Amino acid sequence: MALLNVDELAVTFTARGRDDFRAVSGVSFTVDQGEVVGLVGESGCGKSVTSLALMGLLPSKGVRVGGRAEYDGTDLLTLPKSKLRDMRGTQLAMIFQDPLSSLNPVVPIGVQVTEILSRHRGLRGEKARKEAADLLDRVGIPDPTRRLKEYPHQLSGGMRQRALIAMAVACAPRLLIADEPTTALDVTIQAQILELLRELVDQEGTALLMITHDLGVVAGLCDRVNVLYAGKAVEAAERRELFAAPMHPYAHGLLGSIPRLDSPRGQPLNPIRGSINDQIPWSEGCAFAPRCDHYVMECLTGTPQLTEPAAAGHRVRCVNPVLDQSDLAGPVLDPPVMDTTGSEATARHPGGEA
Amino acid sequence: MSLLELNDIKVHFPVRRGILFDRVVGHVQAVDGISLSVEAGQTYGLVGESGCGKTTLGRAILRLVDITGGEVLFDGTDLAQLPEEEMRRSRRRLQMVFQDPLGSLNPRQNIESILAEGMAAHGIGGNREERRAKILKVLDRVGLPDSALARYPHEFSGGQRQRIGIARALVLEPDVIICDEPVSALDVSIQAQVINLLEELQEQLGLTYVVIAHDLAVVRHISDVIGVMYLGSLVEEANSDDLYANPQHPYTKALMSAVPVPDPEVEDTRERILLTGDLPSPSNPPAGCRFHTRCPWKQPTRCDTERPVLTDTGSGHRVACHFVNEIASGELAPTSALAPEILGASGDGEPSGAAAETDADAPGQGGTPA
Amino acid sequence: MSTERNEPREPDDAARADGASPEGAVPEPAGTATTPTAGATTGGPDPAAPAGPERAESPLAKARMSKADKIDRLAQLTAQRTTSSGDSLWVAAFRRLRSSKMAIIGAVIIAVFVLLAIVGPWIAPYSPTAQTWRGEVFSNRGIFVGPRAENWLGLDNLGRDQLSRLLVGARQTLLVGVVATVIGFVVGALIGGLSGAALALGGRTGQRIDTVIMRFIDMMLALPSLLLAVSIAAVMGQSLTTVMIAVGVVQIPIFARLLRGSMLAQANADYVLAARSLGVRRRRIVLAHVLPNSLGPVIVQCTLVLATAIIEAAALSFLGLGNLDAAQPEWGVMLAQAQRFFDAAPMLAVWPALGIIITALGFTLLGEAMREALDPKLRS
Repeated sequence: MALLNVDELAVTFTARGRDDFRAVSGVSFTVDQGEVVGLVGESGCGKSVTSLALMGLLPSKGVRVGGRAEYDGTDLLTLPKSKLRDMRGTQLAMIFQDPLSSLNPVVPIGVQVTEILSRHRGLRGEKARKEAADLLDRVGIPDPTRRLKEYPHQLSGGMRQRALIAMAVACAPRLLIADEPTTALDVTIQAQILELLRELVDQEGTALLMITHDLGVVAGLCDRVNVLYAGKAVEAAERRELFAAPMHPYAHGLLGSIPRLDSPRGQPLNPIRGSINDQIPWSEGCAFAPRCDHYVMECLTGTPQLTEPAAAGHRVRCVNPVLDQSDLAGPVLDPPVMDTTGSEATARHPGGEA
Repeated sequence: MSLLELNDIKVHFPVRRGILFDRVVGHVQAVDGISLSVEAGQTYGLVGESGCGKTTLGRAILRLVDITGGEVLFDGTDLAQLPEEEMRRSRRRLQMVFQDPLGSLNPRQNIESILAEGMAAHGIGGNREERRAKILKVLDRVGLPDSALARYPHEFSGGQRQRIGIARALVLEPDVIICDEPVSALDVSIQAQVINLLEELQEQLGLTYVVIAHDLAVVRHISDVIGVMYLGSLVEEANSDDLYANPQHPYTKALMSAVPVPDPEVEDTRERILLTGDLPSPSNPPAGCRFHTRCPWKQPTRCDTERPVLTDTGSGHRVACHFVNEIASGELAPTSALAPEILGASGDGEPSGAAAETDADAPGQGGTPA
Repeated sequence: MSTERNEPREPDDAARADGASPEGAVPEPAGTATTPTAGATTGGPDPAAPAGPERAESPLAKARMSKADKIDRLAQLTAQRTTSSGDSLWVAAFRRLRSSKMAIIGAVIIAVFVLLAIVGPWIAPYSPTAQTWRGEVFSNRGIFVGPRAENWLGLDNLGRDQLSRLLVGARQTLLVGVVATVIGFVVGALIGGLSGAALALGGRTGQRIDTVIMRFIDMMLALPSLLLAVSIAAVMGQSLTTVMIAVGVVQIPIFARLLRGSMLAQANADYVLAARSLGVRRRRIVLAHVLPNSLGPVIVQCTLVLATAIIEAAALSFLGLGNLDAAQPEWGVMLAQAQRFFDAAPMLAVWPALGIIITALGFTLLGEAMREALDPKLRS
């Protein structure tokens, strides 16, 4: 039994006078002790909403959450707010993208760390301060006793993220959810933070759910990867398997459109056409169909299901997956590109973004 | 002669403070003595982390910020000395593409008005019809439909907005386009579209680009020559392949080793040079080599006293490091004393010694398996 | 963003019916390179969908469905529901405003108030000065006449019809509010615009001009607004004009600061930098880019100031600085006069007070709704 077992998670935003918006509609994955699981996708794919739903941080009004998310046997989604609050920090903890806005600007770092220690671990006074300094030291903040007295704005971006991680791991949570923890940081600082996260997982056996848009980060850190598109997981595989043989045309396309540092220069990129706005509802077919090079007519016959067409444990939600990695040379069928900004749809030359 | 040449460009912003009257209490040395040259038809990539002054340098070329000192030679004319009105006119040939596609478009102008504005300012295309014909041609070139003309920026997606920004530069038929983080605000799949578009346009129109970005992979993909900036100055400059195959400055090495590659095989086997500490403040930069506070190869002499200058180490590969030869030959090992908590504590068993072996190898390729 | 993503979710019933039918799964010749493995869950035909003509077609005809048909179908699914092409920000803001309850309530209140101000004197049943029932009211003995058939709101202390005076007074009250706001807006926007333009145009001279203007504005701001108004009114003597000017002058520094700050923020926006890099002249940048984008908050402020102006004018009248001409009743003056008899006839004070409060509320509601509608953070 995995530590976290998310089954068909669905999050729907409902607002009066507007159509319901299904931000997440069927995301399933598991996270084991000492494992790093990645949720990858571009903006609007529902990865952040997933993490907020797991932490119970979505607003209670105007949101409908469905499915199950079992943490150690208890369903997080149906747990009363007060119970969940106790679990946050001690069992689950979250690291956010923007370390500055996640820290209280008018309270010194030390107070913010000791607050957590006193709330969840009952530490007070000198003992709490000492533990806080130890924590900062553990996440690689030099001169921790002095840093404890400083305010968030006095720390650099990397230090702030370290401080946040220190607060997240203060009570040795078993599951850590990191939502784009390095996106706001420079690459050299990003490397430091990723190293730190890896270390936490290896040494403490913490389970880490890593949410990111950066496939490079995923490649280096995650054990298993879930690729999300338009609120559904479209591909899930062990990391090497995914990067060696991405089967969903979207995952395939993503890898083809990233300029790689080690790829020979002059090799043209293969962008995915269109934009996230060119999608059809999942109930009608595959949301990715309008942008897909592998588009066939079956793509429009209802929601595609997750299957394992090639290797066991490598699941893909596609009726026409990329099985031969060399076959993306030319599009199977020239898909239409819609001009979604207008009422009339006009097919335009491929490569142009609609 | 190069199309664009910068000679010892300096941009210092005064720091004012005071209760009643503002006094200048210091200067932020955003750009401090940069010399480089960009050949016609080529792409010069400027890479560096936030706060290194790359954006300021890009704006200084167009004189959108006041230049404290140095020359900007464009086609033989020193832009830094031009009177205001002449500078304004010469901006027709030097255009810019901005990072934030939405923020750089006036929300109250429709696309036609946005694109016509520059033409009107430079008296291109006599009447409205002529201008519109030209705008339609450029829109087609960047892959936008004619129906875009009457629309407003907020009605487009991020990638389309960036295309509008590119079209706005293109209608003036510039020689040089300075692209300031042209793709960093876009989603990955859209990034590739815009990068391809920029490359296509360069091929068709013979444009010269200065591409400013923090993403080394993007810069390497698009550039012929790359300059690496750190704290207001260039630390290394080489052609794209050279720089990748043989990064010589310690900062470049660290930067390259930190860029994640979407390939587990590469990620698992590469060595990382983890830098300690953070970027020093540009208002009070360290004496000597500006990188010495974070450099794993820092030596007790010269590094903290004498500022290194860019020196050619062969075939146009310029490096600003006193000990570049010693580091390249492996004579010098990184001083692990400087990197205690990071290098020592790294969980993957990457002690400081591992970093010593990187020297001639391209990071990310050879080396110790984790 | 979210609305955009909502768009494609409008299923076209006819299209759904044909796409969901089993025949839709027949692959096109070009698409047979790879075989679909699984997952083609064929949803049954939508029972709610009308039986379109394509249902009657033979399966063969459907199998031959061309690529163009497929494109059409995808297009239908992807097309945006609302055709928002060519909406300027103002239009979009107005649309948001229209759907705001707050704005509608505010607008209705204001509309009623304006209507009353226009037609009030004509629909008033009696003259505001006619002391028709003087013999029935003895204010010094606390004898008043409340609501009755002839006088719906009763009589005031001099035996005049309260309803008529309120109706006629609406015009005066609106006049005070509007004129005071116009004074504040015009002078304030001129000063603020000048200051902002000087800064946006750049240069040391611009900065100096701005500093001088702004220190002066700060001095004005430093004086308590009511005190300033009282002193102006005291110097100029007692009249409605005095009240209008006094209230208007108080608003000048607010408008000036607001426009200047707004212009300053816009001057640092990326699109202004972009315009400079295009080689657009600085004067055009200020007039065509900075100024239009700075007006939003100022316009909102106008509505809010209208509310304050009405209240401040009432306050000045209440303090005895307003117009004492009985033929031109004003709600503030009415309130001031009624407070002497508050014990005996509280309703005399309540009616004008209610009028002032509701009107001010109307303007405030509309102003707040406008602020929300124009908020750049809400722009999709």
